[in-house]
Amino acid sequence: MAQHDHTTGSMRVQRGLAEMLKGGVIMDVVTPGQAKIAEDAGAVAVMALERVPADIRRDGGVARMSDPEMIEGIKAAVSIPVMAKARIGHFVEAQVLEALGVDFIDESEVLTPADEAHHIDKLKFTVPFVCGATNLGEALRRISEGAALIRSKGEAGTGNIVEAVRHLRSIIGDIRKITQADSAELFEWAKRLNAPLPLVQEIAKTGWLQVPLFCAGGIATPADAALAMQLGAESVFVGSGIFKSDDPAPRAKAIVEATTHFRDAHIIAKVSRKLGAPMTGISMDEVNQRYADRGW
Amino acid sequence: MSARARIGVLALQGAFSAHAAVVRRIGGDPREVRLPRHLDECDALIMPGGESTTMSKLLESSKLFDPIAECLSAGMPVFGTCAGMILLASNVLDGRDDQRSFVAIDIDVRRNAYGRQVDSFETDLTLSGDAEPLHAVFIRAPRIERMGADVTVLAEYDGAPVLVRSKSVMAASFHPELTDDDRVHRMFLELVDTVEHR
Repeated sequence: MAQHDHTTGSMRVQRGLAEMLKGGVIMDVVTPGQAKIAEDAGAVAVMALERVPADIRRDGGVARMSDPEMIEGIKAAVSIPVMAKARIGHFVEAQVLEALGVDFIDESEVLTPADEAHHIDKLKFTVPFVCGATNLGEALRRISEGAALIRSKGEAGTGNIVEAVRHLRSIIGDIRKITQADSAELFEWAKRLNAPLPLVQEIAKTGWLQVPLFCAGGIATPADAALAMQLGAESVFVGSGIFKSDDPAPRAKAIVEATTHFRDAHIIAKVSRKLGAPMTGISMDEVNQRYADRGW
Repeated sequence: MSARARIGVLALQGAFSAHAAVVRRIGGDPREVRLPRHLDECDALIMPGGESTTMSKLLESSKLFDPIAECLSAGMPVFGTCAGMILLASNVLDGRDDQRSFVAIDIDVRRNAYGRQVDSFETDLTLSGDAEPLHAVFIRAPRIERMGADVTVLAEYDGAPVLVRSKSVMAASFHPELTDDDRVHRMFLELVDTVEHR
């Protein structure tokens, strides 16, 4: 038969994978064994990294891309998509991760930034990127650079949902206001958000971001996951919350079920029983370094 | 003339909102299905793309597997895309050992056979009996490697069928919910209509 055009890495193909991850839980894992536990629990993807954010926070120092061998070990262990983190602005780490065949790159504030002015030019890549955002302007700047997925940043490694809630409310609240604005007000919105006007105009028309919006940074319980979903997130990332808890496997499964049935309090109550202690967590006034302030 | 067809969209995980939007656009009445009681209000079912391993676990924990299997054996029309096609297949290659499928259509499918995300692609297909090309998006797509005699090929790509039908079951390797072209969903609604009026 005739060979048709065959295009890889287009925005539609990149956003397509983000669409497939909706209603799911993406779990941080540091070993192939943890990746298997995550897949068994029903994770839609795993994030392969050397230390979960809570440990990065405790250890300090420079946090970098993971060892390729470790990423390959995790890729070999599971059949679901594998994500990995590159430092903000470190486009060579991203090139390496793409060469390794990871399915999504997280240009992440949890790692130590490599560039204080520029994010990665994500339009140059075949592999899709997810980026964090604390507000709508930041989200739109990342989308204009080629991000296929946005996650609210929250405050990683704290087990404290308060920052994620703040960021989700800020992003979704501004989207809601823009859909009520008249066309002249959109110029002012673009200026205030420091974001490209055409993207703001598109939001006014469609009522939503150009890419899916997930939540990250502080989810530790099934109720936290359902809270993020009810606020409007379309999936959740759980970092330290699972493997820093007493009993990771049942907690992982419970968070998966609460994310699917996020409006059903009876199911959330049922799955929240007997999970052992969640990660201890820290309150915001004890946080020495705010990762959410990284990125611009 | 019957009322608008009520199309259940399995909403455990994946691209269910994109499917519901297309169904609404072409005049169907989409309903999200997360629990067994939601099936009572459906004339047909769409199983979206997403992660098939995640969905099969949630089918069990939500106690949906058996009720859906009953609906399908009673002839409820169903359309599965990507992961949804894997759930309908009679045989899954490279699946997990604990992954169950509904055995609703006689095809063997291989998971992620078109490669990882960096190999995901979009392309033009030819629909059988339609001169207008169909633009199709393949995301970590499964490949149909064998099909039974009662399965009809509606489109193929690179030598393999990518859109098939057998009785009241349709299945696609690709994602018709990710493009503006709604011909494949219209085809399914027509199928629902014929089954309803039989």
